Amino acid sequence: MNLTLHVWRQSGPNQPGKLEQYDAKNVSPDQSFLEMLDEVNEQLIKEGKDPIVFDHDCREGICGMCSQVINGVPHGGQERTTVCQLHMRNFSDGDTIYIEPWRALAFPIIRDLIVDRSGLEKIMQAGGYTSCHTGGVADGNAILVPKVDADYAMDAAECIGCGACVAACPNGSAMLYTSAKVAQLAALPQGKAEAAQRVCAMTDAMQEAGFGNCSNHYECQAACPKGINVKFIARLNREYQKALFK
Amino acid sequence: MILDGKCPKGPIQTSWDRHRFDLKLVNPANKRKYKVLVVGTGLAGGAAAATLGELGYNVEAFCYQDSARRAHSIAAQGGINAAKNYPNDGDSIYRLFYDTIKGGDFRAREADVWRLAQVSNNIIDQCVAQGVPFARDYAGYLDNRSFGGAQVSRTFYARGQTGQQLLLGAYSALSRQVKAGTVKLFARTEMLDLVVVDGEAKGITIRDLITGEIRTHVGDAVVLCTGGYVNVFYLSTNAMGCSVTANWRAHKKGAFFANPCYTQIHPTCIPQHGEHQSKLTLMSESLRNDGRCWAPKKKGDNRHPNDIPEDERDYYLERKYPSFGNLAPRDIASRAAKEQCDDGRGVGPGGRGVNLDFSDAIKRVGEHTIRERYGNLFEMYEKITDENAYKQPMRMYPAPHYSMGGLWVDYNCESNVPGLFVLGEANFSVHGANRLGASALMQGLADGYFVIPYTIANYLAKTKPGAVKADHPECKKSVEDVKSYNNRLLNINGKKTVSEFHRELGKIMWENVGMARSEETLKDAIKRIPALREEFWKNVKVTGKGEELNQQLENAGRVADFLEFGELMAKDALHRNESCGGHFRVEHQMPDGEAKRDDENYCYVGAWEFKGVDKEPELHKEPLTFENVHLAVRSYK
Repeated sequence: MNLTLHVWRQSGPNQPGKLEQYDAKNVSPDQSFLEMLDEVNEQLIKEGKDPIVFDHDCREGICGMCSQVINGVPHGGQERTTVCQLHMRNFSDGDTIYIEPWRALAFPIIRDLIVDRSGLEKIMQAGGYTSCHTGGVADGNAILVPKVDADYAMDAAECIGCGACVAACPNGSAMLYTSAKVAQLAALPQGKAEAAQRVCAMTDAMQEAGFGNCSNHYECQAACPKGINVKFIARLNREYQKALFK
Repeated sequence: MILDGKCPKGPIQTSWDRHRFDLKLVNPANKRKYKVLVVGTGLAGGAAAATLGELGYNVEAFCYQDSARRAHSIAAQGGINAAKNYPNDGDSIYRLFYDTIKGGDFRAREADVWRLAQVSNNIIDQCVAQGVPFARDYAGYLDNRSFGGAQVSRTFYARGQTGQQLLLGAYSALSRQVKAGTVKLFARTEMLDLVVVDGEAKGITIRDLITGEIRTHVGDAVVLCTGGYVNVFYLSTNAMGCSVTANWRAHKKGAFFANPCYTQIHPTCIPQHGEHQSKLTLMSESLRNDGRCWAPKKKGDNRHPNDIPEDERDYYLERKYPSFGNLAPRDIASRAAKEQCDDGRGVGPGGRGVNLDFSDAIKRVGEHTIRERYGNLFEMYEKITDENAYKQPMRMYPAPHYSMGGLWVDYNCESNVPGLFVLGEANFSVHGANRLGASALMQGLADGYFVIPYTIANYLAKTKPGAVKADHPECKKSVEDVKSYNNRLLNINGKKTVSEFHRELGKIMWENVGMARSEETLKDAIKRIPALREEFWKNVKVTGKGEELNQQLENAGRVADFLEFGELMAKDALHRNESCGGHFRVEHQMPDGEAKRDDENYCYVGAWEFKGVDKEPELHKEPLTFENVHLAVRSYK
């Protein structure tokens, strides 16, 4: 099939950006979206033009590196799918596709489709861990974790940190991302001891990094390629309130 | 030269404990005077950087991604082994050690493998303490499943995302150290040279992938945790950025490259669908716990798999290897799948696939249980192939997956260049010629959490901290060398793109140095690779500038290294006149098609010394001795 692409091109953080038009020809429905862009790039390179710059790595939907807003929706709108796992069979011959970078105040554009997501790192560094030392910890079975708790923690832990939740949120909030880590560790006996400090530190870091607040639009959950549930945001709020009363 | 692996002598059961006691220590107040550079932030690198930071060393950690959490360890789905024997099914440290030595076809060092098996139990405890949500039963105890090459259930898992969860555990420990100020993280940087001063590793030269700045970081020791090289095949299960570059540049600075021809071809990958594909996707080996592999008995049978009656199906693994069945090790299962396809009984487009059938398991335990065990894998399969594997068998074909070769290291994980340590997939040490399932995660974390903290101290204790400063002539020279190398790439301005060269190289490698090699195909590769390399340096087109974000330049450097490395791989495969594990020479097979090892002549580690591009590398040998597991024909029947 043949497609018309409108791609956001921007040479640097402080440069003006605009949508440029490209043709993608003879696209196979079995190709992934990124493989389609690879071919467009091959063509651009042969013409001596700068190829479109975009982030990607594992191409298996798990590393969280890829980040494109396709036709207005982060990761392209197929349920629970990263861009790298979006396949061209979801498009039709003759389609026009708009490709833009993640949009959020806390994610400055580096170039073309690449944004700076280091704000997410700062949130993790503020407290997304247990203070455990590499030696002399208890046997793995010494502290029991009932299956329901382990499953709940795992549901939260599936977050790949891609930032689609931020890009989808009208407030540019990182609440879903933060809540996933807070909920995972608060649900486990290993993480519970520090739950109060953790939720306060991570929430503060979120605000300092320039992310907005949640006002219950649920766009984050809709855009999340791993289906992280907004119930974790409720958990985050509950943990936060509990911490305030401590 | 005969290489010394520095393995402890005496009974193996106490070898690591005795060695640990003999290693020198660095006093806590002195640790902060030392700086350690850790390259790569996957399981090995993330764990090493976090642990060394926790001990009080100054650590600088580097990765090419935008976050340390994105290393390709994240994609390892299946699980991690440990000899806990929780299921009470006969496991022990000795059995894990035994299975790993045998699984690697007797081409790994006994002492290293023993240590791996011994510390495997600490890894599980450490990860649980970090809050890794391993699978549990209703009572709250850890759950296990089995993997290829083992007859016990020793694999711990977190749904189908074990690698992700373990990496996030290491990443959280790393984040804690960043907060504590002991680790400085440099994301979006790529190591392009090793700085060697007076024969010792004292720094790395990196390119800042955003600004294009080339600069040297100096330290008292360098730890490479940069993963594997199977992207040399172009199509592989590795992430797009996985390369041999850091290892290869260190090799050019004197580090020996060991056993490069040992590459693992993983049996359960989604078959290739077309010419313009960028990668292959692995489906976890754990699927073979419940999936049965079969091919039609009749050649060219292109009926829908569900229409092929039971008695016209060949469950070839169960037939050939009754005691291990579908859980035969990877090299064996891969060759068996290829055999079916070569015989004209493959399924799917081009006949390059076999069936992995879940219908019996679904009948036995119900779709719900299968969904719970492997749901995300089934989803992923459907996205890529548009087929529902709950309703019809998955199609599978082997694909390049993991490198068992890597930089040569001794028992301390130190290369022959003092001060250069190599961990995880980047070294050659524990997998022999074939890696069993669920043991890569184990090795990465064992090296990072529980080996390097002890062994690096032994080196640092003998070293004066801060001996080399950033203005050392070797640093300046390294920066100049990297700049001129990159400028050379940028100024060729030829006609072919980097990817075109990579695809061409990949084809040569897969056809000649792939799942089955022969003297003829290897000699052909050794002739064709230098020719392709020559063309690359005359005709590649790299757009843009060096001093900016330039993904073409990044790729060009990586492919340039693959074009040199691929030749070494073929040479190593040619010199090794035997079949073992993932190295299968068609001239050396038993009458029934099994690999025929030659212990008399090849029971050694082959470590190559770089002598210059277009020059013959020199082979050094480290003989392997087996005192605990006796050399025997490897049988899974």
